[in-house]
Amino acid sequence: MENQVMKEVLNEKNFAALDQVIEANKDRKGALMPILHEAQNIFGALPIEVQTVISEKLDISLAEIYGVVTFYSQFSLVPKGEFVIGLCLGTACYVKGAQNILDRLETELGIKVGETSKDGKFTLEATRCLGCCGLAPVMVINEKVYGRLEPGQITGILKQYK
Amino acid sequence: MELYRSHVLICGGTGCTSSGSDLVEERFNEEIKKNGLEKEVKIIRTGCFGLCEVGPVVVVYPEGSFYAHVKPEDAKTITEEHLLKGRIVRDLLYYESLEEASDQVKSINEVDFYQKQMRVALRNCGVIDPENIEEYIAMDGYAALGKVLTEMSPEDVINHIKQSGLRGRGGGGFPTGVKWSFAAGAKNDQKYMICNADEGDPGAFMDRSVLEGDPHAIIEAMAIAGYAIGASQGFVYIRAEYPIAVQRLEIAIAQAKENGLLGKDIFGTGFDFDLEIRLGAGAFVCGEETALLQSIEGYRGMPRPKPPFPANKGLWQKPTIINNVETLANIPQIILKGAEWFSSIGTEKSKGTKVFALGGKINNTGLIEIPMGTTLREVIYDIGGGIPNGKKFKAVQTGGPSGGCITYEHLDQPIDYDNLIALGSMMGSGGMIVMDEDNCMVDIARFFLDFTVDESCGKCTPCREGTKRMLEMLEKITSGRGEEGDIEKLEKLAYTIKDSALCGLGQTAPNPVISTIRYFRDEYEAHINDKKCPAGVCKNLLTYYITDACIGCTKCARNCPVDCISGEVKKLHVIDAEKCIKCGACMEACPVNAIIKK
Ligand SMILES: Cc1cc2nc3c(=O)[nH]c(=O)nc-3n(C[C@H](O)[C@H](O)[C@H](O)COP(=O)(O)O)c2cc1C
Ligand code: FES
Repeated sequence: MENQVMKEVLNEKNFAALDQVIEANKDRKGALMPILHEAQNIFGALPIEVQTVISEKLDISLAEIYGVVTFYSQFSLVPKGEFVIGLCLGTACYVKGAQNILDRLETELGIKVGETSKDGKFTLEATRCLGCCGLAPVMVINEKVYGRLEPGQITGILKQYK
Repeated sequence: MELYRSHVLICGGTGCTSSGSDLVEERFNEEIKKNGLEKEVKIIRTGCFGLCEVGPVVVVYPEGSFYAHVKPEDAKTITEEHLLKGRIVRDLLYYESLEEASDQVKSINEVDFYQKQMRVALRNCGVIDPENIEEYIAMDGYAALGKVLTEMSPEDVINHIKQSGLRGRGGGGFPTGVKWSFAAGAKNDQKYMICNADEGDPGAFMDRSVLEGDPHAIIEAMAIAGYAIGASQGFVYIRAEYPIAVQRLEIAIAQAKENGLLGKDIFGTGFDFDLEIRLGAGAFVCGEETALLQSIEGYRGMPRPKPPFPANKGLWQKPTIINNVETLANIPQIILKGAEWFSSIGTEKSKGTKVFALGGKINNTGLIEIPMGTTLREVIYDIGGGIPNGKKFKAVQTGGPSGGCITYEHLDQPIDYDNLIALGSMMGSGGMIVMDEDNCMVDIARFFLDFTVDESCGKCTPCREGTKRMLEMLEKITSGRGEEGDIEKLEKLAYTIKDSALCGLGQTAPNPVISTIRYFRDEYEAHINDKKCPAGVCKNLLTYYITDACIGCTKCARNCPVDCISGEVKKLHVIDAEKCIKCGACMEACPVNAIIKK
């Protein structure tokens, strides 16, 4: 499954877009981070193939780029699921019972935090404060925000995406 | 500029956007058109009002009517009644706006939540349209920059900021003017000014609100700082998780450039200053200033040893000043209103105001700004409206993962940098999380340690290994395997890490543990000696029971994900404690509250 997705995104058009991004940025000081962000937008992830191209064009060793990519939690080596569920584990949400929501999400989806379901549908992530503590506990599925959650609502919400 | 009879301010902060203020705005636009009011009523999408709890928030001026929990369909009612006929829609007002006894309507500034507040850093949030530079200018925007460039020397600016007593709001509390003077004194052809918008505290969002609600204030302040220290280039390092803030800042920078307020020869004075945005990528440690520099340069965000300090050797080894968003938001005001004005607010050693993100078990969650020296009791009970559901207050946590807890006895302490430290906590960036009797303090300590272990960059051993060992000990205690002597071991390790870690992350990581042991040792002991969690949080120490109140409706059994509840219809049900995973699904499902956990 993953390989299939990978093959699809590693196409000529995307690599051409990557070239453009590198071209536009490479003379900037500290170009690596902005390029990685853009590359992840293009490919949905930063697989080794993409890192290799960046490494060659910027003349930075692959090892160093890999080090940077794996250091930051926003960068991902593999594509995320179709629906990315971000459950807020910020302090306000935690104090208001976010852990119980997380437990329920893990049972319902059969995956742990940080994992993607086998069918490539859901990725479960724990986020920090989303800036809407008034709605705690809060969860975001792609862009949609769900607030004042109770564990009992999880099954119903996930059904809409299955 | 056109004149309008009424202004409808719709909150476009993250909290209200999440509760659907986009749709509300759309409907207002439709209704205004339908009623032919386009020339009389102006709709403005603002930054955060602060009272996110009751969002989406809509305020109608000149009356200052404060509508709360506004639904899209309410746009029609408010338009037809209030905007067209001038009758305030009482049913939709924030509950406290309506004085029951006298049937008077209070304006937004008169409700308790805002009365004790004082808005300096947040002054434009919820007041102007952040995507319109003219509105900022109408609020004296860029006047401070003009004054600085035309009337003041860099030394004047630095002295002015020094006199104001402003201290850094990013956590450390270092005097801003003094910091600037270090970089101003450094000789170099290139210097940099950086705004730290990485906002790492997992329970705080004030920097985000300032950037979303008043982005020009940050641009103006950075240009002023750039002039003071002699930097021609600035960077805003902002979390990638804040898309709205990034977008508004991009718009604001473009507008400032168009208007000649950024770029070459600003105000024709020969001063050049340019600004670039750099995105973070989800690493808490990058909020630490030297790690932030590493990240901008394109490396793993690992802190550098200090000295050398960034003011001498910072970004690309050039003299660099790093200031927090909220610190900067104060600067234009200090220039315009004077250092004496600013230093007249607050306590002896902590001047001005501080923004807090008030959250957790409190009625009015949201963003508040108070003069330093306000007591915790005023914040929690007068502004925050107290603890919901008649529960008992237990503690308030400040300073996030670097801070600690403050208990009931200390609620009358005035909030300032030094007092909070004396209480074993700290100001931090301004997260303020209230906890009630249902929160387990050992579990809270475990929560913060879990955070630091996750975010430790791994460069120094005390932090990388030490915090992990502490987390393991806390997990052992919360899962019921605690042994006598564990508390002492935790304390010893905590102080060792504090003394030996490389950066602020490690040095402060043990604070939540030290502080909870200091004030709630009995809770730790209950977990260890009696294998009980008094607050009923730690799962392994709980057992679920069904009491005689059970009516045998079978709801619990049907909702149990592991089928561990048995019983016949209309008869008492029983939970098989061996199989129970303690998820609480049965307790939620029970219509008669017959299920308890102990
Ligand atoms: C682990 C760690 C995380 C930090 N995170 C932030 C942050 O998110 N935002 C911030 O402004 N300062 C943060 N700081 C403080 C910065 O290192 C720095 O002191 C601050 O940005 C200076 O600005 P100020 O003087 O205006 O407060 C952090 C410090 C440490 C040790
Ligand atoms: S802590 Fe979850 S939104 Fe703030």
